[in-house]
Amino acid sequence: MAEMTSTRNTGQLVGRTIVYGLLVLVCFYYLMPLFVMVTTSLKSLDEIRAGNLLSLPQDPNLDAWGKAWSSACTGVQCEGLAGFFWNSVSFVVPAVLMSTLIGAVNGYVLTMWRFRGSDLLFGLLMIGCFIPFQVVLLPMARTLGAMGIANSTTGLVFVHVVYGLAFTTLFFRNYYVTIPDELVKAAKIDGAGFWLIFRRIILPLSAPIIVVSIIWQFTQVWNDFLFGVVFSSGDRQPITVALNNLVNTSTGVKEYNVDMAAAIIAALPTLFVYVVAGKYFVRGLTAGAVKG
Amino acid sequence: MDLTAQRMTAAPESGAGTEAKPRLGDRIDAWLPKIVLAPTFVCALVFIYGYILWTAVLSLTPSRMLPKYEFAGLAQFEALFANERWWLALKNLALFGGTFVLVCLAVGLLLAILLDQKIRGEGLIRSIYLYPMALSFIVTGTAWKWILNPELGIERLLHDGGFENARFDWLIDPEMAIYTVVVAAVWQSSGFVMALFLAGLRGIDDSIIKAAQVDGASMPTIYRRIIIPSLRPVFFSSFMILTHIAVKSFDLVMALTNGGPGFSSDVPATFMYSFAFTRNQIGLGAASAMMMLMIVVAVIVPFMYSELRRPRHG
Amino acid sequence: MKIRTRIVHSCLIVAFGVGMTAATGAQAAELEVLHWWTAGGEAKSAAELKKMLESKGHKWKDFAVAGGGGENAMTVLKSRVVSGNPPAAAQIKGPSIGEWGAEGVLSNLDEVAKAGGWDGLLPPVVSKVMKHGGHYVAVPVNVHRVNWMWANPEVFKKAGVEIPRTWDEFPAATEKIQKAGFVPVAHGGQPWQDFTVFESIALGVGGADFYRKALVELDQPTLKGPTMEKVFTTFATVRKYVDKDSANRVWNQATGMIINGKAAMQFMGDWAKGEFTSAGKVPGKDYVCVAAPGTAEAFTFNIDSLVMFEQSSGDVRKGQQDLANAVMSPAFQEVFNLNKGSIPARMNMNLDKFDDCAKLSARDFEAASKRGSLVPSIAHQMAVSAATAGAMQDVVTQFFNTPAMKPKEAADKLARAALTK
Repeated sequence: MAEMTSTRNTGQLVGRTIVYGLLVLVCFYYLMPLFVMVTTSLKSLDEIRAGNLLSLPQDPNLDAWGKAWSSACTGVQCEGLAGFFWNSVSFVVPAVLMSTLIGAVNGYVLTMWRFRGSDLLFGLLMIGCFIPFQVVLLPMARTLGAMGIANSTTGLVFVHVVYGLAFTTLFFRNYYVTIPDELVKAAKIDGAGFWLIFRRIILPLSAPIIVVSIIWQFTQVWNDFLFGVVFSSGDRQPITVALNNLVNTSTGVKEYNVDMAAAIIAALPTLFVYVVAGKYFVRGLTAGAVKG
Repeated sequence: MDLTAQRMTAAPESGAGTEAKPRLGDRIDAWLPKIVLAPTFVCALVFIYGYILWTAVLSLTPSRMLPKYEFAGLAQFEALFANERWWLALKNLALFGGTFVLVCLAVGLLLAILLDQKIRGEGLIRSIYLYPMALSFIVTGTAWKWILNPELGIERLLHDGGFENARFDWLIDPEMAIYTVVVAAVWQSSGFVMALFLAGLRGIDDSIIKAAQVDGASMPTIYRRIIIPSLRPVFFSSFMILTHIAVKSFDLVMALTNGGPGFSSDVPATFMYSFAFTRNQIGLGAASAMMMLMIVVAVIVPFMYSELRRPRHG
Repeated sequence: MKIRTRIVHSCLIVAFGVGMTAATGAQAAELEVLHWWTAGGEAKSAAELKKMLESKGHKWKDFAVAGGGGENAMTVLKSRVVSGNPPAAAQIKGPSIGEWGAEGVLSNLDEVAKAGGWDGLLPPVVSKVMKHGGHYVAVPVNVHRVNWMWANPEVFKKAGVEIPRTWDEFPAATEKIQKAGFVPVAHGGQPWQDFTVFESIALGVGGADFYRKALVELDQPTLKGPTMEKVFTTFATVRKYVDKDSANRVWNQATGMIINGKAAMQFMGDWAKGEFTSAGKVPGKDYVCVAAPGTAEAFTFNIDSLVMFEQSSGDVRKGQQDLANAVMSPAFQEVFNLNKGSIPARMNMNLDKFDDCAKLSARDFEAASKRGSLVPSIAHQMAVSAATAGAMQDVVTQFFNTPAMKPKEAADKLARAALTK
């Protein structure tokens, strides 16, 4: 590369400027809704009515946030989103952990312990994840009723685990496909059993894909509305249902700032997960999740 | 779990003298993978295929408010095909699904390639592209409804900025409303596709590219001939995930346009929901769900079959 | 074959499911109430009901599900009933009450109705809606009037026109308003709002008998007839005077246009009053409520009600009776309706605390009842089954959004939609 000329240098400079320009331009598109939400949540109602969408708040304050968290009405009680936030945590955590764990074991079987028909099984599972969730509401309600866990946190966790399995299995399977067979074969010859290989060899290699699976499932389950509203019990409703109630107020003054603050509060945990673990997310995907 | 593992580690030493009979441990070992997979298999069988069967049965009944198991032949399908709204919903799905998947793939790939040029601040930019994925559709819908609203959002901003005649009223235009759903959906999902492609790009062996460079190939050629073709598995994964999102696009349509103006931005998922649950026509809803499933199967299965049949490496 | 197995199977599941709830539901004497009163004023009034219930020693388990006029709530309710775990009470109205009654899942309120003398307290039109097979299964909360027109007198003054009293006066007046630089009709282009305007036009153009024949009895010749064509023609006229940004607007934004003097009139039920009240506006001065053109003698009603679901626990059953009593009490009827903009469902109440619009509504209700011009609102699920109303709403909203469609074609389509079962 010694013969690099100055024209090539300028060309490169222009190229890089275009690249950066494009990237930053696209950033605006992605950031605009968030910007609108955050600034609106910091404005007073009068300012929202008078000003425009993109103006900065003149007198930023957190009143709307306080109201959304602890005193906005979501039904006959006006205690804000606080309680619902913890309701969500109480079923999201077990649902995410269980579906990830089962997905990992499934992926392990489907790659390292294949048997006749295991690929077919996988294919069936994949097609299954296209079933529209509206379809399963009634039969699932009946099944849960029969199992005695209708409208309980247990029931809700169960539903989320069942319909999360297809995706977690897909992630782990595609990841484990990239692990050299020899590793496992050697262990088998040494007499190591199913679980031992899983614990000692596979699990230690799985960190990146576990992150991917947890992020994915956490986002799906936390943000879910349909299952949450149908299968939770009335007093343990998830935060999305409360947010929906809060935003959908049909009469009275529409408090856009409180709506926006509530929307951000409801999104905080997932945002947090993405920002903190985002790096591992791409790394985990790089490590093999995208190899078909 | 621990117990089983311990027993199995112990098996090789204790079972030295019993070569004639297959040991219990071995037999369990042989069955274990299947046993482990069984719960998932049963779940899929009952909660996916069982329910599909149930829906199929319902679509042949005159069920209204609650399921009623009487045979009604294909009456519900006849009613469905005679329903203008259903055909519009299908057309919208094709428009929305097609545009959404293509734009997402294009934007995702482009952003990934741009971001793969050793960009300073890559982490930050990547987080910005990725964060919409973290938001629920209720949040997305609320925010975009505001931005696209002609009285409050972009159009007013343009008017205030001196462009009196500027129009940006897709949200209230029956012909264009479905594309607002595309705008919001692309915003939400393209970052994820970008991450998938970026991961794919990072997984490509540098030495191949170096070799091509030495041979004098230009960067665009290298991308066209070598890099993009090698991303085929990523295209597959992305396509699957995006189709999945498109077919199930329900919350976003509900939150953004609620199917309106009129029912111009209805999609099959909202159609099914409103007929089965709001209008007390469960039979018709089930028929539309069956049609949705058949469409998905018709699109996905051949694609999946050809992809999974390809020899795998790695 | 398959179907029969499914029946047996599902019966088993239902039986089992019911058994489970019977086993678990016995110790808790709390009442789960499914509703979508989540907006400020409504929620406050529902909280009053909660207080009343709790003063009688029961526990109110709030189960609020907002969205789309109860769309989501209905989904939840169906799943709950199917799972054998229905709430103690739910907000259901109109012909749906009968549909649920036919499923045999509602509890009978005859006893408490008899003790409370409901037959004497409720107008026959209302009590008819609350009954299934001659038995009380629901308790009414309020009576909304749908055929209102909300007008900003200031705008009319500036435009130099009188508020139109008939649909014949309407085009001339709106033309002038438009010339004066105002939006003549504030409208939100959502299907149910289109339908609400449409039914007021049908009532105004054709009269109560036509309305009943076409939109309640679904008489085919009437639906296809020349009067219906005229209704659609008038509907198309209204469309001309709606501003271009109306599509997908929520109704209270449209009301906001009346409040801040951008628009002249809005066709909307009396829940719109809450918007004026919370903006500090006074009826008769800042805004006026008049019947939609040509409908002063008639009244389209929309009644909210609570329905009780069959419960196995005696405590909960007792609670349901107390809840029904509380809903019917004058104290609740007053506080709830003051907040909601509607009038009490119970007759002979002291209306001193109510404003002029409510008093007018109550007077018109009684008069219309005597005159036989009291009709159920089709747009608000009071007239025909949800399936039929939905199919007809599709036609109406399609017409409103398709300027090329001819009134005759629309009337034919409406008639065909009315055949939907």
